[in-house]
Amino acid sequence: MPEATATFEVRRHGAASIVDIRGDVTAGSEAVLMTAYDEAGDARAIVLNFTDLAYMNSGGIGLLVTLLVRANRHSQQLLAFGLSDHYRQIFELTRLDEAVGIHDTESDALAAAGAS
Amino acid sequence: MSEVNEKAAARDATNWAKKVSTLNVSEVPEGAININVEGKRLAGPIQGFGKMWQKTYQVRLPQERVSATELIATWKQRFPEFWPEGNAFYGPLTGIAPGEVALLNMTLPGKMKLSTGVMVLYADEESFTLMTPQGHMFAGWITFSATEREGETVAQAQVLMRASDPIFEMGLTMGGHKQEDRFWNHTLAAVASHFGEADAEVDTQVVCVDKKRQWSKWRNVWHSSAIRSTLYMLGAPVRGVKGLFGAKQPVA
Repeated sequence: MPEATATFEVRRHGAASIVDIRGDVTAGSEAVLMTAYDEAGDARAIVLNFTDLAYMNSGGIGLLVTLLVRANRHSQQLLAFGLSDHYRQIFELTRLDEAVGIHDTESDALAAAGAS
Repeated sequence: MSEVNEKAAARDATNWAKKVSTLNVSEVPEGAININVEGKRLAGPIQGFGKMWQKTYQVRLPQERVSATELIATWKQRFPEFWPEGNAFYGPLTGIAPGEVALLNMTLPGKMKLSTGVMVLYADEESFTLMTPQGHMFAGWITFSATEREGETVAQAQVLMRASDPIFEMGLTMGGHKQEDRFWNHTLAAVASHFGEADAEVDTQVVCVDKKRQWSKWRNVWHSSAIRSTLYMLGAPVRGVKGLFGAKQPVA
């Protein structure tokens, strides 16, 4: 298993849990991302903060799909903000944007989640 | 954009394919059939119909024989050579590079021929990912990678997919999964054999990520490469006769 090179810190904001992502998101991030998801608990929405994302490869995108499945299973919304233009295009290319709500700012994402 | 984001964009901008709305095949190599790729959209696991699977195939080689980067460079360069007989990968002349589209002619159970393709979604020195278009057997991507661990170089193919439509889903449950496992086992064994490990054992790990089928996606059957390939093959005699009279040949 490749080493984790990203950290995922969870903050609670009303009915939403915000996950602050820092570093490189790759297939090696699976365990830490899923731990963060467990910490997010029963939140109605999981909001991913990509502002401090350093790098993400296709393994990282695959992890987000797995996370989406888990969130859907628990009837939770998955949203994202802070994506650079580059990663926003990658979300569009992989059509992840059809299932993950993308917003410019944290307050926009929280408003969309009904948790502002 | 934060400073971290700017650095990230610069670091991997060349590794990812540029955004495209539909696929475009710049050149159709001799022998390839381009009936299910041109003009199609990419389709990932979110757009598929069937249960979601993650399948991982691994083979271990002594690190002194090949490094991770050497293995991936060779795999990219000789990708079609490692495939089982009866399946053709018509890669671009420029090789496996982000954004490039390759045509595939596959043989399915019952000797059925199927024409489809893939786009190179991502490629770096230690991995590359192929993503499928609408109508492919499955909607998803396959990542080929190599890592160095405890004196070994581990070559891996990992598929994250859903069957594209109800027909392919049925096909997967009726032997398609086994055939796919055999396909990638053969490929990994061929990679190992290329580096002198003819008897290397391939580990297979299969995880059902989502047991639910996405019934809202049943209409994907409209794009089915199986149906369209079959119709194309059935139309071959008609095209042949038209060809005799000088009518313009369709795509191929």
